[in-house]
Amino acid sequence: MSGIEQLGKADTFPKLLAQNAQRLGSRVALREKEFGIWQSFTWQEYHQHVRDFGLGLIQLGMQKGDKVAIIGDNRPEWIFAELAAQGAGGAAVGVYQDSNLNEVAYVIDHCDATFVVAEDQEQVDKILDMAAKLPKLKHVIYTDPRGMRGYHHPLLLSFDAVEARGRELGSAQPELWSQKVQSGRADDVAIISYTSGTTGFPKGAMLTFRNLLSMSLSLNQVDRKLPDDEFVSFLPLAWIGEQMMSVSTALAIGFTVNFPEEPETVMENIREIGPHAMFAPPRIWENLASSVQVKAMDATPFKRLMYRLGMPLGRKVADLRFSGQPISLPTRALYRLAHLALFRSLKDRLGLSRLRTGSTGGAALGPDVFRFFHGIGVPLKQIYGQTEISGISCIHRDRDIQFHTVGLPIPGTELKFSDSGEILSRSPSVFIGYYKNEQATKEAVVDGWLHSGDAGYLSERGHLIVIDRIKDVLRLADGTQFSPQYIENRLKFSPYIKEAVVIGKDRPYLTAMLCIDMGIVGKWAEKKRISYTTYTDLSAKPEVYELLQKEVEQVNATLPAAARIRKFVLLYKELDADDEELTRTRKVRRRFVEERYREIIEALYGGQQQVAIDTTIKFQDGRTAQIRTTLLVRQLQLEAG
Amino acid sequence: MGQLQVNGVFLHFGGVTALADVSFDVQPKTVHAIIGPNGAGKTSMLNCISGVYRPQRGSIRFEGRDLIGLSPHRRTKLGLARTFQNIALFKGMTVLDNLLIGRHCHQRSGILRGGLFYGLAQKEEIAHREIVEDIIDFLEIQNIRKKVVGTLAYGLQKRVELARALALEPRLLLLDEPMAGMNAEEKEDMARFILDINEDRGTTIIMIEHDMGVVMDLSHRVCVLNFGEKIADGVPEEVQRDPAVQLAYLGEDRAVAAERQRA
Repeated sequence: MSGIEQLGKADTFPKLLAQNAQRLGSRVALREKEFGIWQSFTWQEYHQHVRDFGLGLIQLGMQKGDKVAIIGDNRPEWIFAELAAQGAGGAAVGVYQDSNLNEVAYVIDHCDATFVVAEDQEQVDKILDMAAKLPKLKHVIYTDPRGMRGYHHPLLLSFDAVEARGRELGSAQPELWSQKVQSGRADDVAIISYTSGTTGFPKGAMLTFRNLLSMSLSLNQVDRKLPDDEFVSFLPLAWIGEQMMSVSTALAIGFTVNFPEEPETVMENIREIGPHAMFAPPRIWENLASSVQVKAMDATPFKRLMYRLGMPLGRKVADLRFSGQPISLPTRALYRLAHLALFRSLKDRLGLSRLRTGSTGGAALGPDVFRFFHGIGVPLKQIYGQTEISGISCIHRDRDIQFHTVGLPIPGTELKFSDSGEILSRSPSVFIGYYKNEQATKEAVVDGWLHSGDAGYLSERGHLIVIDRIKDVLRLADGTQFSPQYIENRLKFSPYIKEAVVIGKDRPYLTAMLCIDMGIVGKWAEKKRISYTTYTDLSAKPEVYELLQKEVEQVNATLPAAARIRKFVLLYKELDADDEELTRTRKVRRRFVEERYREIIEALYGGQQQVAIDTTIKFQDGRTAQIRTTLLVRQLQLEAG
Repeated sequence: MGQLQVNGVFLHFGGVTALADVSFDVQPKTVHAIIGPNGAGKTSMLNCISGVYRPQRGSIRFEGRDLIGLSPHRRTKLGLARTFQNIALFKGMTVLDNLLIGRHCHQRSGILRGGLFYGLAQKEEIAHREIVEDIIDFLEIQNIRKKVVGTLAYGLQKRVELARALALEPRLLLLDEPMAGMNAEEKEDMARFILDINEDRGTTIIMIEHDMGVVMDLSHRVCVLNFGEKIADGVPEEVQRDPAVQLAYLGEDRAVAAERQRA
């Protein structure tokens, strides 16, 4: 049995909670740091709060099918409100706590919420400001009374007051709550998760208990969580990934969820808890890795020495594991030593000593960071999925990890590709549709297959490789697909490459224009005793070309043969937003750059070995300068296949 | 009857008169601002109340009890606390330790029991920590609880100083330029905290502040000093309209012009 059947009769969140309250009783379900101390809620207390608040909602007139919108930082009350809403026969709608007025109003109005549970004054203000535009709203319930004394809005109620009403109703009708909970069905909508579309208004994906619980259980088969595990919940609960871990999986498995004191104290709180499982976007992992590098520089000479000796070994072992090669006995022994001397305490400092499974997703994580964590023995995995498939469709398996892939489909998930190369997936976790948006639902799910909008392909090992949004994928003259942005990102993972522009639309092969990172390449040149004067001079050095060629070849090795870079040049200047070559958020303006450097591009596809450049550049202060140089075109040897 | 009654206070430094016959009443649970141009005697007034200076004449009564002659630490015990224009914290200690020191006047176990950390001392420590944690939560400084004060940004240090004053659990809080040197966002935060302290905790506040927007928004009553003399006292709107205040702040010509404009 792999599906939701293994849960037996407890096939909704409120039913699972009631079961856990009986089975696990006085074990700790939730913990929140407040007043400097970790305050615990047992499963029984968790259940009591949910029951009281749920009955309170019913007392206030909540009907089956009503929606309860919830907005605020991660706190136990967020989850109490969610399960209470579901137990009362409704669905929970999470709203991102940093949303602005209009976004908040749009979601609350679109989902037809009758209740809003808002954390504090800040969130209450947003809702009351827009109250005139929210006619369906019956009550706004706040959890933190701080600063609320002057508020006497007719919609307002405190969380405690609702719980008190619920307790009253509960003592009058002691069986009411369990009846309500038992009448829930696995195919009821549990949450509506609004996804921020890149265009237009956000769409609300309706996910059922079956969707969410199937997901948790399938994932758990390949990425094990245990009842004794600790988990820290610090990403927005409105986001599907956090819902999956802190609510769905926590209820199904029975591990403890910990809520940080404040968003600013997350890193500290993670260290205090020492989680067994952690799910974080690349940004968090990057911060952790760089904090180690910074602190290592300030450490005592002895520790610095250990760091200098240990880290290369860690990276080497990580690389061997990535490529699936055996690790020799002496290396193993040395690694063990390095673990005792260095990695063990590094992991402790980061709060990752007990981490059995760490995952990252949402965007690409640089290989250096990936290598760093695997080097010190933190098993970091890449995941892939959409809200519409309850969060996750693919994940790396233990001991089968490659940083440029997102791993294998989880059990129960099928994967295929459309003719245009779009990733399609099918599983019991595929959502039942967008709320009040038939048209979008029809476009997203065809014959049970979820259309991701992403382009991808499978690696030799059967791992899924995600290239880019399909609308950003271009084609070579022979029809081969490639994603310039994907390749550019891979190139930019190299410390020596500051900017990269990949060209190839309707061309016979791919080429690239690269900008070196002056600081890092300059340091490298100094060490190699290569003298240089300006950026233009440095980027024309044959040694620098040699260095960059190796970087490009490394990226090429991870690309399919037809979509490899054949030739590249190093530009004589950095791309600059002041020259309109980049947007202010440092994205390449492809069209503009291709026009501006047409000569160079022609040379890349012409057969020339070099291009003579004679151009003027403008400095920030308005002065101009003439640049006369010769750019070399470097051709790469490509082995067939 | 006012919670604090200042009556005919004179303060001289040699030949310089800092305060001349200043009287005012502060009602319980209000925010009372003292404003005035530079050198008007605002901080001197605060120093007389907190016990740094001893006025030559006049009386200062807090809840019916005469404060003149009492040392600052005795006044603290009566329920007075203050912050300083220039931050006065132990820079080498953590935020938490600074706040716990604020609890010192409420400590009952002596050096011996404290040193052994046994019985009463232990219980007390826990109770004090609870109060301090409550203040940390109130002022939203959880993330810097264990940071050394000297490493913090100026605006945060100001907030820590306020927290330290609150740790004394005062009934009357004296704030000397709580917003000086802050940016707009920090000021907004501080204004909110001052209001919360006044309304949630019911603490009476006397505040010296130069930012008129803040003064007019926050205070129930404003008292204006100029060259050591009180020239106006009333609700913010009244004081704003007072010709003597305009004269002190804007100078003669402009005040006359403003008056003419109104007429």
